[in-house]
Amino acid sequence: MRYAMVIDTLKCVGCSDCVVACQTENDVPIGYCRDWITETVNGTYPNVDLEFKSERCNHCDNPPCVRCCPTGASHVVEGGIVLVTSNECIGCGACIESCPYDARYQHPDGYVDKCTFCHHRLEKGQLPACVEVCPTKCMYFGDLDNPNSEVSKLLKNRKHKTLAPEAGTKPHIFYLI
Amino acid sequence: MEEELFSSGRNIPHIDPTLEVWHWPISIYLFLGGLAAGLLFFAGAVTILDKEKEYPTAVKYASIISPVALSLGLLALVYDLTHPLYTWQLYTTIRLESPMSWGAWVLLIVTPLSFLWVISYFSEIFPKWKLRLGILKKLESFTKKNRKKMAYALIPLSIILGVYTGILLSAFNARPLWNNAILGPLFLTSGLSTGAATILLLAKTHKEKNLFSRIDLVLIVIELGLIVHMLMGMYAGSEVQLEAMQLLVGGEFTLMFFGFVIILGLLVPAILELTEILGYKVPVSIPAILILIGGLVLRFVMVEAGQITRYLY
Repeated sequence: MRYAMVIDTLKCVGCSDCVVACQTENDVPIGYCRDWITETVNGTYPNVDLEFKSERCNHCDNPPCVRCCPTGASHVVEGGIVLVTSNECIGCGACIESCPYDARYQHPDGYVDKCTFCHHRLEKGQLPACVEVCPTKCMYFGDLDNPNSEVSKLLKNRKHKTLAPEAGTKPHIFYLI
Repeated sequence: MEEELFSSGRNIPHIDPTLEVWHWPISIYLFLGGLAAGLLFFAGAVTILDKEKEYPTAVKYASIISPVALSLGLLALVYDLTHPLYTWQLYTTIRLESPMSWGAWVLLIVTPLSFLWVISYFSEIFPKWKLRLGILKKLESFTKKNRKKMAYALIPLSIILGVYTGILLSAFNARPLWNNAILGPLFLTSGLSTGAATILLLAKTHKEKNLFSRIDLVLIVIELGLIVHMLMGMYAGSEVQLEAMQLLVGGEFTLMFFGFVIILGLLVPAILELTEILGYKVPVSIPAILILIGGLVLRFVMVEAGQITRYLY
C-alpha cells in the first residue's frame, strides 16, 4: 500500500477550505498550519497564467527528515506516511532544515509537527479532512499500489508534476496540470 | 517572470519564521566544538610524539579551554532545542544516517575525556591547589598513567568532532548552500586552525610559538583552498547552488564572508605569521585573535546564509 494525494490545479480556486479544515481537525495552533495555499503567477500581462496549489508534507519515498532525525522520532509507517512521535522529538530542528518543502514547524509545545495525511481518520476508513471538505472536489486520495484506485487512474491519464523532484525526495503529492 | 505568494496559512509576519529554526547558539556551538576539536587534537598529537616537555601549552594550559568550550557548546545546543526535556531521547538510539546522532554520541565520549585530560595535569596546571577528595586524587594518578591511551583515543575522536560540525550542515539537501561535501573538511580545518591559534595565543616559549605559527599557516592555506573549492563547486552547480553562492559573492553576506572570514580571518593572519616565521617581530596575539574571530564569523555566515537558501518550485 502506498498512499498518495492528487490535486487538480485546474479545478483548485484557492479558497483555503483545506487549510481551515486541517487546522480544525488537527487542533493546529493559531498562526501555524500543516497545509497552505500558494498562488503562482506566470508570465507578464497580458499573457499571464495563475496556478493555485494546496501544499503540505509530501510523504516522500526518500524522506530526508527521517534520515536526519537523531532520535528516530520522525518515522515512516505503513502506506508511506511520515509521522513524528512527539514524545521522542527533542525539537532540534534538523528535520525542518532538511525538508525542501518547508512542511514542518515547531509546535508551541516544543515538538515538531506536520501533516499526517490524517492518519487517525484513515484508520477509521475516512478520507483526510482537507480532501473531505474541498468544495471543488479537486483533491483525490488513495493507494498508488492499486492500479484501479482513483489516484492511479488520474496519474495514468492526466499530465502531472511533483514539487522539486530534483531534490531527490520522491514526493507523493501529485499536481495535475 | 514568475511570482509566487503564500495566500494562506503560513505564519507570514516575519517572512515565514518557521524556516529559521537555528539561531545564534548553533553558530556558537559549531565554533566552540571546532575549537575544542582542534585543541584536543594537538594535545593528543604532542603527547603521542612524546614532546610534552617542549610544548607544554598544547598539552596543559590550552587544554583547560576544551572542557569549558565543550560544556558551553553543549549548553548552547540544549538552549536551542524547543523540546529540551526530551534530550535523553538522543541516547536511546544510534542512527547511523543522522549526523546529529553521531555528534551526540561523540560529544558524550569526548566531553568527559576532555575533563579527564585536564584532571591528569591538575597539579601541574594549578600547583597551588590541592585535590582534597580521595577519589579525585586517585583519578588524577589513574589518568596520569593512562595519558597516552587517552591521547590515542583523542586523535580520531577530535577529528570526528571537527568533521561532524560540518557534516551536520552538509547532510541537509534542502539547503543548497550547506549541501556540499567540502563543508566537513572545511569546518575541521577551521577548527584545527582556531585550536592552533589558541595555543599560539597562550604559548610562552619561542619554540612553541614558532611551531604553531607554522602549523597554523599550513592550515590557513588548506582552508583557503577548501573555500575556493566550495565556491567553484557551487559556481559549476545547479540554479539553487548558484543562488546560494551569490549570497556569499555579491549578496548580503559578502562583506562578512570576504571581509571577516577571508581577508581579516585568513589572509592577514597568514601574512603576519609568515613575517613572524621569517624573523620579523610581530606580536603573535594579533594573527591568533584574527583567526579566532574569522572562525566564529565563518560559522555565523554559514548558519545564517544556509537557512535562507532553498529549492525553488
